[in-house]
Amino acid sequence: MPISLTNDMMRQIIMDHYQNPIHKKTPKSGYTSIHSKSENCIDDIHVYLKLENKIVKDCLWDGIACAISTASTDIMCELVINKSEKEARYIIEQYFKMIHEEKFDEEALGEAIAFINTAKQAARIKCACIGYHALEDLLNKHGK
Amino acid sequence: MFDVNNIRKDFPMLKQRMQKHPLVFLDNASTTFKPKSVVDAINNYYLKETSNSHRGDYDLCFNADQKLLETRGVVAKFINAKREEIVFTSGASMSINLVAYGYASKFLKKNDEILLTEAEHASNVLPWYKVSELTGAKVKFIPLNKEGRLTLNNVKKSINKNTKIIAIAEVSNVLGFIAPIKEICKEAHKRNIIVVCDGAQSVPHRKTDVKDSDVDFLSFSSHKMCGPTGIGILYGKFDLLKKMDPLMSGGGMNAKFDMCGDVEYLLPPVRFEAGTLNLAGVYGLKAAIEYINKIGIENINKYEQQLREYAINKLKKNKDIIIYNETAESGIITINKKKVFAQDEATFLNSQGIAVRSGQHCAKILNDFLKTPATIRISIYFYNTKEEIDKLIEALNKEDYLDAYFLN
Repeated sequence: MPISLTNDMMRQIIMDHYQNPIHKKTPKSGYTSIHSKSENCIDDIHVYLKLENKIVKDCLWDGIACAISTASTDIMCELVINKSEKEARYIIEQYFKMIHEEKFDEEALGEAIAFINTAKQAARIKCACIGYHALEDLLNKHGK
Repeated sequence: MFDVNNIRKDFPMLKQRMQKHPLVFLDNASTTFKPKSVVDAINNYYLKETSNSHRGDYDLCFNADQKLLETRGVVAKFINAKREEIVFTSGASMSINLVAYGYASKFLKKNDEILLTEAEHASNVLPWYKVSELTGAKVKFIPLNKEGRLTLNNVKKSINKNTKIIAIAEVSNVLGFIAPIKEICKEAHKRNIIVVCDGAQSVPHRKTDVKDSDVDFLSFSSHKMCGPTGIGILYGKFDLLKKMDPLMSGGGMNAKFDMCGDVEYLLPPVRFEAGTLNLAGVYGLKAAIEYINKIGIENINKYEQQLREYAINKLKKNKDIIIYNETAESGIITINKKKVFAQDEATFLNSQGIAVRSGQHCAKILNDFLKTPATIRISIYFYNTKEEIDKLIEALNKEDYLDAYFLN
């Protein structure tokens, strides 16, 4: 699969979002939220969503997480903000395809392509998906 | 003569590879590999000696009964107990649950106290919470000292007139310190307190003598000592076992019953073994203990200590490594790499073929004590080598843990 990012760029993206996450904060009010905790590892996060007129006005997260879950969730927030609910769902769908090594739409995923190698470390697939699963649940609960 | 290279030949799993590297298995506190003799014993049950135990009139069944009896004897001798004091369970967790529900829930009352430590594994915390719910007894925690160790002094300070049970691990699964069980028992018994010891991390690694320590109950698992999963042991002093209720009822544990609800239970240990036992597990457990006896538990202990010392000395040379239990006596070494989340480093080690465990190690209470959300636990057994420790150190010295995802 032709990928526009080099390995070094991908590493840098993950490290940047891990060391300086942009959307890692707990909002005071006006958000719906969901708690997500992995059974197999230490990740324990909340994802916060502000949905108005079927548009993702804001998406935040907070909690304890490894580099992979931190960076993947932070990038996810970046990707879905100001997207329609439908677009957000499409991003989630394409992301899961990438993680499971299926054909996917690279255009839709932006920096999230940095996680294309997650399957190499199968034990970390859950970490790379924890935020996406949480957001999907939030959309299912509060969207439509 | 203890020759690790010869020993390694007995373990088929040690020939496996992981992520294209020779497998370095340093997660022995969670489970251990099995020598071929154990696998053969299990296969033997299924291929040549299948039958149920208890009161058969044919040879096969008699043989299974014999094997069960012999295994009880082998386990008893291993920890210096009597055969009738050895109860087979599904594992150490069930053993603790059996004491909690069958003994503690039966005898404890409101305001009685159960003492645990901050370092206990979930399996030695949650059953006691349940006892507390059922009886109104209180669960309290004995503080650890600065080092993370359970001291006799802190036990003494935590005991009061309401204390009825002290439930502690002989070796903590996160910090690997050895608790002074014998001294604790002596102190406890002065006040008629029952001591329930979790031996999951100690029995496989060091000489256990229940007569000498005078412990009241001791739980351990077969799979952490070269045996199969699905079988464990509860040792209990016979008088205490006689007072204890079974967790499960059914076939094989009752002497007679009638339709009016009158039931007469058999004596321990079979009272606690309703249903068909994990017989393949029994065969495997026997072979596992025989294997350990052949090498000698003292030799195993000595070798593990040498290996631990070797590892600690090497780890200390890396300034980025935090060691949480440098002074512990067991094969458990708990570390973190500065500025790296434990799980990320463990994933990197996986990419190098090295199996360790990251996380809270089922002892969540302890993280408030260590002040870190997660640690990396390295746990050795007698088939590990200095060369494997070298590989671990080399991998820990590498800077970029994201290599796990970007190197082929």
